[in-house]
Amino acid sequence: MILVLEQILNGLQLGVMLFLMAAGLTLVFGIMNLVNLAHGSLYMVGAYLATWFYQATGSFALGVLLGLAGTLAVGVVVEVVALRTLYQRDHLDQVLATFGLILFFNELIAILWGRAAIFSTVPEYLTGHVELFAGLRYPLYRLVIILTGLAVAAGLWFVVTRTRLGMLIRAGASNRTMVAALGVNIRLLYTVVFGFGAALAGLAGLLSGPIYAVQPGMGELILIQVFVVIVIGGIGSIRGALAGALIVGMVDTLGRAFLKPMLSTVISPSAADTAGPAMASMLIYLLMAAVLTFRPEGLFPSRGS
Amino acid sequence: MINSRTWLLIAILLLLAAVPPLAAFFAQPFYLDLFRRVMIFAVAATSLNLILGYGGMVSFGHAAYLGVGAYAVGVLAHHGIDNGWLQWGLAIGASALVALAIGAVSVRTSGIYFIMITLAFTQMLYYLGISIEEYGGDDGMRLATRSQFPGVADIADPVAFYYLVLGILVFSIYLVHRLVNSRFGMVIQAARSNEARTRAIGFSPYLYRLAAFVIAGAMCGLAGALLVNHTAYLTPEFMNWTRSGELMFMVILGGIATAAGPVLGAAALLLLEDLLQGWSVLPKWVHDHWQLYLGVILVLVVLFARRGLAGFFAGKNE
Repeated sequence: MILVLEQILNGLQLGVMLFLMAAGLTLVFGIMNLVNLAHGSLYMVGAYLATWFYQATGSFALGVLLGLAGTLAVGVVVEVVALRTLYQRDHLDQVLATFGLILFFNELIAILWGRAAIFSTVPEYLTGHVELFAGLRYPLYRLVIILTGLAVAAGLWFVVTRTRLGMLIRAGASNRTMVAALGVNIRLLYTVVFGFGAALAGLAGLLSGPIYAVQPGMGELILIQVFVVIVIGGIGSIRGALAGALIVGMVDTLGRAFLKPMLSTVISPSAADTAGPAMASMLIYLLMAAVLTFRPEGLFPSRGS
Repeated sequence: MINSRTWLLIAILLLLAAVPPLAAFFAQPFYLDLFRRVMIFAVAATSLNLILGYGGMVSFGHAAYLGVGAYAVGVLAHHGIDNGWLQWGLAIGASALVALAIGAVSVRTSGIYFIMITLAFTQMLYYLGISIEEYGGDDGMRLATRSQFPGVADIADPVAFYYLVLGILVFSIYLVHRLVNSRFGMVIQAARSNEARTRAIGFSPYLYRLAAFVIAGAMCGLAGALLVNHTAYLTPEFMNWTRSGELMFMVILGGIATAAGPVLGAAALLLLEDLLQGWSVLPKWVHDHWQLYLGVILVLVVLFARRGLAGFFAGKNE
């Protein structure tokens, strides 16, 4: 039972991480109609910058802040230099150009920090375990990630539904031409939204640094899971991104943890040893196929098109 | 009626046919290997061009069928079955089946959904390849013997294998040409330009698109069978998502929806990669980080060179 609870928390932790990535990607798609494969690169940039600033300054908080600011700056530069001209192009061009950006960023990081994974750590006050209740001791840092993610989700909800910027974002998602016609500086709005999404991706990257490996290409592994999240949730919908992220995080984590022992009660243990991991890694994709069969537009289709 | 694009295609194929004697004359067997690789990818890119160029389906998962074809050959060889007819037949059949399964879900969607779904399913197959230890898992496995075609061809002979690949390339270009200009091809092209009107004149695009998707998958599966015989090595990297991106780039770089485009694109991309990695004129810092420059070139091509190489060489037809 304790093990199940712990895995549920792990699933939640992966879920909020996926949400941080998916929120930015789905906003950029909903508003600018841009497929940005390089979103994973921003995740990687966030992880590298935060790790580097933490080592340089010796302060984790400062590392996080500078890492976030740095990723935001990189995001804005990418938007202005390369992506801005792609908004009017078809999806094929966007996919190829941002694919080129991925190659560029992975290699640039390899030039600056080398191809091997770099060591990323958490400060002492975030290490150790907390006893949530009798018998369940959970790593403090993972708990911090879950709380940060939930706080960001709440903050995002507030910004999108309660502020002027959020109103513009929602308006832009449902009818871009009309927003521009009403005199809103749509170019600036695009840059702001893109920078915002980049910072969220950077946040996901720097939080995940101490848990997963910080290395070139780290962004692509999570990016494809994020695509699954967005397809399940419905493209362009933040609510859908949250629901999809939590579902995918949970299914993936629980599948990896429990599919093998469950299979071994049905088939022979040695067969389960092979089939378990293989099936666990396929689970979220099968889930996506199932969702699409019944709801081709995802769970929360966005109203704009 | 032979137009400039057809002449371009004939010229390219004649050049490719001239590679083995030239390589033998200059004692540079490396080029035989390089251009055989180019032609194998040209087959894969030609199949992608059928759905991407003519059908308007932006499949970001075409490398899946390279992988399925390669695994079909590799797995049979692993269990001691080295009959080429059986191996290649399975490669084509298995790829068609996988394409049918992926297509049944993805072809119903369009635009960004289609891109993400094809990518995600390919990634699923990639992870499946990694997690099956029996067939080498992450590391892949060596192909102990190449496919055997007793009495027909010996593909252990580099030149014979080269001309076999050239033959298959010519056949796949011809097949796509016939398909595209048939009634079937007219329907998928019509559905690309205007789905609503296509429906209005009484066609349901779904089955036509799905059929094109399966045909393209099967052709690419054959390219996978060729690729594993070419490298004599099987690895899940065949279906890595970057491979799908490269195939798409070959189609765009060469000229989308043209017969010569995929061949030109495959040649241009693979030669470019080869030059960036090993051309002695370029300094070492280019060789070490060639992907950086490839990435920049890719972005620039997409931003500024829309017509592709076929458009550059032969102008605009039709």
